Formats: sequence, structure tokens, C-alpha cells
Amino acid sequence: MIQVQSPGMFTTVQDLGRFGYGPLGVSPSGAADPIALRLGNLIVGNPQSAAALEMTILGGTFVFPEGGVVALAGSDFGPTVDGAAVRTWAAIEIRPGQTLRTGPTRSGARCYLCVAGGIEVKLLLGSASTHILTGLGGFEGRPLKKGDVLVTGKPFNQPRAVPRSILEKLQPRKTLRATVGAQTGWFSTASVARFYESAYIVTEDSNRMGLRLQGAELETPHSGQMTSEGVSLGAIQVPAGGQPIILFVEQQTTGGYPKIANIISADMPSIGQLRPRDEVRFEFVTPEIARNLIREQEALMGQVCGT
Amino acid sequence: MILFQYASDQSLMVYLSDSIDLATHHRVLKLLRLLEAGPIPGVRNLHPAYNSMLIVFDPVAQEHAEVERILAQYLDRLDTIALPQPRVIEIPVSYGGENGPDLNDVAEYHKMTPERVIELHSSAQYIVYFMGFVPGYAYLGGLPPELTTPRLKAPRKKVPKGSVAIGGSHTGVYSFETPGGWRLIGKTSLELFDPCSAELSRLAIGDLVRFVPAT
Repeated sequence: MIQVQSPGMFTTVQDLGRFGYGPLGVSPSGAADPIALRLGNLIVGNPQSAAALEMTILGGTFVFPEGGVVALAGSDFGPTVDGAAVRTWAAIEIRPGQTLRTGPTRSGARCYLCVAGGIEVKLLLGSASTHILTGLGGFEGRPLKKGDVLVTGKPFNQPRAVPRSILEKLQPRKTLRATVGAQTGWFSTASVARFYESAYIVTEDSNRMGLRLQGAELETPHSGQMTSEGVSLGAIQVPAGGQPIILFVEQQTTGGYPKIANIISADMPSIGQLRPRDEVRFEFVTPEIARNLIREQEALMGQVCGT
Repeated sequence: MILFQYASDQSLMVYLSDSIDLATHHRVLKLLRLLEAGPIPGVRNLHPAYNSMLIVFDPVAQEHAEVERILAQYLDRLDTIALPQPRVIEIPVSYGGENGPDLNDVAEYHKMTPERVIELHSSAQYIVYFMGFVPGYAYLGGLPPELTTPRLKAPRKKVPKGSVAIGGSHTGVYSFETPGGWRLIGKTSLELFDPCSAELSRLAIGDLVRFVPAT
């Protein structure tokens, strides 16, 4: 059991999302940095897909009346237990009645509080993930509030350590790699070059649906209008005005703006660590490189499971 | 004219035609039914639209060339699929007043009475081309051309759930409270997306829709 003494800025229950409901307009949602969530779960002995708390920018304070084993994975939110600093990326034994406190981030946007046994909420379409826009899933379909009480499950396996060398290879990147998108061919060569040469700033009105960027204005083919079609996770669409938007985990499932590029699967978790006002750049890669990178990343995750 | 297009390292787009029409819609629907009945290994999600289908897959377990190869076989079989008679779903609408704050503006724009707007809007039969944007939202075809109305210059930050609206040559029902720039002519009390119901979404791709003025 976890009592929420203070929820932090924006804390939601997330797992790896709900897939297969695209034909009904339902996007997967799920953890913004799924690599951190999966590693945190592995550390506390959970299946990688167990539900955890996703904290954003400013973490919360949680009381464990019955104690438990937890891990903080992702960005460093300066965690303490009863005032004593504890490590991130490691299993922490919390004794009954102790308080885990986290604060403002010292690195990226998100930190996951994973608990041995996972967070138990009623599954919606097979997933515990919160979908904020529609108020569905997770804990009452909303971010946590002071006084909420979360149920945790029975611990699965013994905690395990993740080798430092693997953690380092899985750190989030500030330069996101991208392949062509569905309409890259609509943009002029000069416009595509401009996109890859420029630094963009993540604006304040970015969230789990999408990250709005500000920087070099891109030419918008057909005034940014096109027949609506399915949009993929990490698509970079360019509406009228020429400022790109990265579609993220709670994305709309279809859209009507041309897409200049698409972030590669291996770098999707890094999007989840971008904060408002962060600078981000893009690096072009071929589909073959993109495929190799996600396969290498999954091979690393496989090594963690094997350790 | 079928076109395969790389959309991302985990998705492939297939365009079935370059126009929005009923024949294309039926081909999209048939492809969806084939993909649901015989899922391609590693495929995680499908996003049908007017004239296209985005196929999302696990980039570790599957790749574009293989998805394209299997899709090509499915596309060859489209003509062997018979679609069932579509369902007709009636959506009760309270037109005008606080439920449809833009009804009078729409009427004024077309130089007709609000009653005439209601009559035109509720006498047409609409088709659900696809579901998208947010859960339970239907992209409808069939708005009488006389009702084509430009979107608002400044979109509303919050459009109430259930609002029935016109935007350009389209009409639709906001299934959740979202931002939106369409003109609100009425509201329905029908729950369009109910995660506790077996069918989840009141509307599905291929349905026919009629709006019925609530009395």
C-alpha cells in the first residue's frame, strides 16, 4: 500500500500501454520513457510491464505503511527515505511506516517509482496506463492527488542489480535520431536540411500527447493541409506556421498534417525525458540503421533479464 | 492505385486510392476485416482512415518488406470479401440554445433559418469513414453541401463532450471534452465511448449514422 502525501507536479499510473485499439481511435498511452519503466521493474523483481508511478519534473512524497521494495528509475529526482538520501537505479528496502520523498528533477523530465509487486489498478482494455485527455485508465483516470491510497501487488521475484555498463548505454539522448516520415518527399530538400541542421526548443505546452517545438520555421507543403490518415508514434508533423510537433504516447491516432520525419523506436524513450525549454536536435538515419539500433537496444534489455 | 509508404521504423502506410469515396472506403474496411481475421505476426495496431491504413508493428520481430509482402496477398483477396449490411445508428441531438451555441451563426452564414439547418442536418444519412483522433470519434461523410461552413477563426480551448458540430465540409460528435474549432450546433446525451460496455465505442468504421432531433 502507498499513501500519497504529496503527488508532485503530475504523477500518473503507467505501464507499457494498450495496443490494438487504433481502429476505435484509442492510442496506446503508457510510459513516456518505457526503458526506464522496464529497468525499474526488473530491479524490483517485477515483470517489465508492471504498472508504476510516472512522476514529471517534480516528484511526490509517499508513505509505505506496510513497507516494501522500490526502485527509482529514469531521471534523478533526489530521492530520500526518512530524510536519508537513497540511490536511483537500485532496489531500496522501505520499512513499514517510512516515507519516500522526491523533489525537483536534477536531470530529465521523468522518474518512475517502481514497487515490488507493481501498482494494482483496474485494467482498462488490458492496461493500467492513464490516458489523461479522456480520463480513462490508471488511477481514476487522473493524475494522483494528496490522500490517494494505491494498492500494491504481491512481490514477484527477488530484486536484481542492473550493471552500470548497460545503464550507461541506455541513457537518454539529446540528439534524437529520425528516419523519413510518410510525407518527407513533400518537403523541399532545403527544408529537410534546415530541420536537421537546426536546434529546437521544447515549448511549455508540451505534454504526453505531443511536444511542440520552437525554432527554424519549416516550409509547410500544401499549407499544412492533407487528407487525414493514421499517424505513428514519434511522427514529426509540420502544421501551418512551420513549427514542428512530435506526436507522443497519448497521441491522436489520426491527423491531417504532413510529417517531415519520424523519431526512431530506439530514441522514443529519450523523448520522454525532454523538459520544457530543453534544446533538442535531430540526426538523420536510414531505415536500416534505425532497425539495427532498436535491435541492439532490445539485446541490451535481454542482457539485463539474463543477469 | 495501391501505394506502400514507409512511415516510421515501426510502421508502414498503405494507400488504397488517392480519393475519398465510398468504393475506397469499402476497400479500407475489407482490408481491416482481413487483417483482424488473419493478423500479421508482430503487428501491434491498425489505423484505418479515408483512403489509407497505417500498420504498426514490433520493429524487433517484424520488418517492412515482410509486412508489405503479406499485405499484397491480402489486397489481392479484397474482392472476395463480402461486407455485411451496415448498422444504422441513431444519435439523438438537442439542437441550438446552450447545447448548440453556433447554430444561429451557421444559419446566418447560409442565409437560412436555424430550423432549416436542423432539417438539413438531420435528414441526411452519414457514413463512418473511420474512427480516429480520440477514442470514439467518428470521421463522418455525407454532410449536405449546403451546410459546409468554415471553422472558427479561434478554436475553443474546451468543447463539451457530446457536442455535435460542423467544420468545413464535415460534421461530427466530440466524444470527449477536447479543444476544437468546429461550429457547435447541438449536443447528444449518447455515450460514444464506454470502456465498460462490450463494444466500447458506440460507432464503428462502416456504420451509417442519422441525427434525430430530440424532442
